[in-house]
Amino acid sequence: MLLIECPWCGQRDQTEFHPHGEAHIARPEDPDALDEAAWGDYVFFRKNPKGLHYERWVHSHGCRRWFNVMRDTVTDHIHASYKPGDPKPELPITADGGDTTGTPKT
Amino acid sequence: MYASIDDIPLTSACHARETLEGRNSLREMGRKGKLNLRGNPGDAAFSAAVQKAFGMELPLRANTYNEFQSRRLFWLGPDEWLLHCDMDDIDALTETLSAELGNVHHAVTDVSDYYTVIRLRGPDAVTLLRKGCPLDLHHTAFPTGNIAQTRLGHASVLLHYHDDGETWDIQVRWSFAEYVWDYLLSGMRAR
Ligand SMILES: [Zn+2]
Repeated sequence: MLLIECPWCGQRDQTEFHPHGEAHIARPEDPDALDEAAWGDYVFFRKNPKGLHYERWVHSHGCRRWFNVMRDTVTDHIHASYKPGDPKPELPITADGGDTTGTPKT
Repeated sequence: MYASIDDIPLTSACHARETLEGRNSLREMGRKGKLNLRGNPGDAAFSAAVQKAFGMELPLRANTYNEFQSRRLFWLGPDEWLLHCDMDDIDALTETLSAELGNVHHAVTDVSDYYTVIRLRGPDAVTLLRKGCPLDLHHTAFPTGNIAQTRLGHASVLLHYHDDGETWDIQVRWSFAEYVWDYLLSGMRAR
């Protein structure tokens, strides 16, 4: 069971929320200019990473607002919750100096 | 709007409107006026108009409410509120508010029939709610006077813990009212 921070209501139980996949996917500026492959990519293809993931959640049994969460898909650790429109938070740094996406220290 | 007391959701579903099981009771609170209000609290004209029409300020902190006479104004979201008032006042309040708001960007909707309120009262009330509510309802974490939008079993509810320490108002969509009633009643009978 996860405790998720709603940017408005505070920490609540996971069962009050619903996840809705990857966040920060911008709708194409000029839809007419896209070929089918590009449309397919926009509509269907997602990163599905092992590690850090930016995703959308909605507080469906609470304030019914959408927001974004930065979650590690391996550990389920939630690094940040933030309002829509707010910038992506910085990647957290792991003990060895690399970030949690598995990018090693340079 | 409910034409009569018999049109309240649970009563019309052939339920008792009130029941006492052991030390605890359930009651459907009928004919309460409910107005949903949307707008931008950062817009001074919006806040001022609401204050003037309702006689109280907009609550701006999550899960709080303000009250004035028999009216309560609940925070539902950063741009959404719910007013509880006497059913007889709702038309006049809607008109006053619309007049005060004028061209200010807003939405007002009469949702009196969309929700109903079930009052759970008794020394076992918290225990009964804990059966299906993920919030920490211990009085140190959830003191009297608190409200919260949360989940009770499968239903979305607005909980309001009254100052007497053993009365809870549970606002629920009318289509879930019978479910919540039976859910609590089965717990009460098992006590
Ligand atoms: Zn919330």
